[in-house]
Amino acid sequence: MRDFDFAAPDSLDAAVQLLAKNKGKARPLAGGTDLIDYLRTGRLSADLVVDLKRIPELNVLEVTQQGLRLGAAVPCYRIYEHPEIGTHFAALVDACSIIGGIQIQSRASVGGNLCTSGPAADSTPALIALGAQCVIASASGSRTLPVEQFCTGPSQNVLQPGEILQEVTIPLPEADSGSHYRRFIPRNEMDIAVVGVGASVTVKGGQISNARIGLGAVAPHPLFAEDVSNWIVNQPASDATYIEAGQRARKIISPIDDHRGTAEFRTHVTGVLVERVLREAVQRAESGTAG
Amino acid sequence: MTAQQVVTAEINGRPRSFLCEPRQTLLEVLRDQLDMTGTKEGCSNGNCGACTVLLNGRPVVSCLVLAVECNGAQIETIEGITPKDGLLPLQNAFLENAALQCGICTPGFLMATKALLRDSPNPSEEEIRFKLAGNLCRCTGYDKIVKAVQDAAERQAATK
Ligand code: FES
Ligand code: FES
Repeated sequence: MRDFDFAAPDSLDAAVQLLAKNKGKARPLAGGTDLIDYLRTGRLSADLVVDLKRIPELNVLEVTQQGLRLGAAVPCYRIYEHPEIGTHFAALVDACSIIGGIQIQSRASVGGNLCTSGPAADSTPALIALGAQCVIASASGSRTLPVEQFCTGPSQNVLQPGEILQEVTIPLPEADSGSHYRRFIPRNEMDIAVVGVGASVTVKGGQISNARIGLGAVAPHPLFAEDVSNWIVNQPASDATYIEAGQRARKIISPIDDHRGTAEFRTHVTGVLVERVLREAVQRAESGTAG
Repeated sequence: MTAQQVVTAEINGRPRSFLCEPRQTLLEVLRDQLDMTGTKEGCSNGNCGACTVLLNGRPVVSCLVLAVECNGAQIETIEGITPKDGLLPLQNAFLENAALQCGICTPGFLMATKALLRDSPNPSEEEIRFKLAGNLCRCTGYDKIVKAVQDAAERQAATK
């Protein structure tokens, strides 16, 4: 591995100062499950690696009346072991439980998954479904943007040199809501999504009053299926709705052919998963077991 | 070359200080600097689990941890799990169920299983297979490992 310096600041201020000083040549480190491999193989280089895990703001994990605050360095296991997150944000727990294996989940963070900006990131479609916002910090202040605007292409996102993702926030879903994330992989576990779908819905009297669908691995970056989501609103919570939503989702994607699957296959699977994920999200909303 | 850093961590219950470069992984430092070669290197990219150790009680792949991250941490490796008076129930279960052949994967499986049985003393077969999916074995075909873990769970329950 090429040489680099290392710093582990214990305040957000110190971290953004370090990044500002080393513009473009400093790499933030959270769980390291992508970064350390990329540095070792030379896919990325760094003069300075800045460990963010000692910064209190990046370790925040709390559910309040406002919703979820998720510090960017919080590892996956803390999310699925949290007593309340599964109740309100089930899709996020679904995703965090299937990223890598147990060892990866001990270290990998949702914030890091977002910042690596892989098109097939599992947690991003779940965040899109749940309506998450990204809080970005830099030496000159902070800005917030919807998660679906964060990734801009494969390994690309809106972060400018000197900026770090501080936290992700998700509003508390209203009553009678449910969410789910599911992916297709050829193995049972430890694999990268061929297609990943997250959905959240609110169901009132058998009718869907709110819906958001996030799609992964079928475009250069995870997608918010906005038109499909809007179409679902006011439809009955029925198989016909889920199937039609799947059909519509197939038309907005631009998947690639690769060794994991052809574009044709991905298109087919997208429809199937949208249908199944919606069905499960509605079931969760109606049973009230998991928002 | 960048300056080496001093790292102090508790390894297998004992405080240890070592010098390392920021680019060295915990796996490299354990094996090459501290001569603790029980932790194995398989892929060096996080896929095989041969390098699994417990970091602050959590199973991690030490090839994807920088040693400099471990300042102040508690680390448990395969060298630290054997009691003075024999083997752990878990180790006996692996031996008696023939859950190893070449043995390269075994330290990683033992560390991952130790954490698994601590958090879930009576796991189902499905849970064992899911939670050990981050550990690969090229020899046994996994069935014997799963049986050994189930056996270890029973042995642990019996000793309580
Ligand atoms: S050597 Fe670390 S996971 Fe394979
Ligand atoms: S015993 Fe040889 S790899 Fe598992």
